[in-house]
Amino acid sequence: MSAGAKILMILFSMIFTENYVLVKFVAICPFLGVSQNFKSCIGMSGAVIFVMTLASAATYAIYHSLMVPFGLEYLSTIIFILVIAALVQFVEIVLKKYIKPLYNALGIYLPLITTNCAVLAVTLLNISNEYNFLQSCVDGFAAGVGFGLALVLFCGVRKTLERAKPPKAFEGLPITLVAAALTSMTFMGFTGMAEKLFG
Amino acid sequence: MKRKMKILTNGIFKENPVLILVLGCCSTLAISVTVLGGLGMGLALTFVLVGSNVAISLLRKLIPNEIRIPCYVVVIAGFVTLVEMVLEAYMKSIYDSLGIFLPLIVVNCIVLGRAEMFANKNTVGDSFFDGLGMGLGYTMVIVGMAVVRELIGSGTLLGYRIIPEGYQIGIVTQTPGGFFCFACAMAMLIAGLDKKGRKFKPEIGCDGCCGNCNAECTDRKETIGK
Repeated sequence: MSAGAKILMILFSMIFTENYVLVKFVAICPFLGVSQNFKSCIGMSGAVIFVMTLASAATYAIYHSLMVPFGLEYLSTIIFILVIAALVQFVEIVLKKYIKPLYNALGIYLPLITTNCAVLAVTLLNISNEYNFLQSCVDGFAAGVGFGLALVLFCGVRKTLERAKPPKAFEGLPITLVAAALTSMTFMGFTGMAEKLFG
Repeated sequence: MKRKMKILTNGIFKENPVLILVLGCCSTLAISVTVLGGLGMGLALTFVLVGSNVAISLLRKLIPNEIRIPCYVVVIAGFVTLVEMVLEAYMKSIYDSLGIFLPLIVVNCIVLGRAEMFANKNTVGDSFFDGLGMGLGYTMVIVGMAVVRELIGSGTLLGYRIIPEGYQIGIVTQTPGGFFCFACAMAMLIAGLDKKGRKFKPEIGCDGCCGNCNAECTDRKETIGK
């Protein structure tokens, strides 16, 4: 497979066929927690895309320039979570100082994603999939876009759900979960498409 | 001793981390496909939870308040790495079936949530029992869901065939089935508590901002809510 096709395949599969939220069950908490209003969905997705891309780049650099030469691969979980935490703090400070409009849009969501499972997952999977630097960055970006897509789609579903009248025991969170099940069923339709298109 | 028992059962039933506090849904939904995997995940999380609760409770007077969340994360990540290594060395099949969700225990809301809500305010003994209770509560739910999903979805239990080939509903083991089973479990709990006259309305723990279960979180929640 050519390098370009590989990149396109990563992009496509992370957004659709291997969507983190709806196919792989990563980052369910923010998915259910933030999807109540559209504006926060957009803000959260923007912050996640931004941080995931940066975190993929940063962890790739640290893994290959520091951890591999010193034989510290087994510490990747600890080091990556610290890198992500530091990165999020750093990004928040830089945005606050230099790029005020972006900070106003994403600022309140940034600290919330230090412990977003999807960010840690994408950095760890980049390493286990043996992606190179560009592929890692694309992977991080696409995973973020996939998260955003799921969030925005589900936000629409929830808006309609508010007017529905479910059985009493299902009111609130249970019916939301049923709706999530149906939303994730639509994503099952993409199974195998990435290989067919770019394989 | 009575107090310790109360803390223990509190985690298992009254404040069950998955069904009542609604924390750590990711791994519950993803791993509850096979009973063995569920049991492995439950025990791994219980170990991490007990270890981190005890360690954080021991260190609670030393950890500066402002940077407590990063400190907790480091302690938890240490225990998770320990579990990862042991499982990889001795129980390779479970290690493979847990996959990415094993390192993701680091950002599991239950572990961070208990560190923030319980271990940093209570004694070492109490924290130990709280961790044990919460871990067992989580294990109970994940194994319970796995029994249903494995039986209906693959027609087996612990790998032994119960329902003959061709009669299983495969979608139950996939993503939609996970969401649906969780919804049913929660609805059953609500209906059961309703019969007992207890009103219970589950809400996603900490509004989805997992590890930030602190005062800062409520401020942010208000800002986001607007």
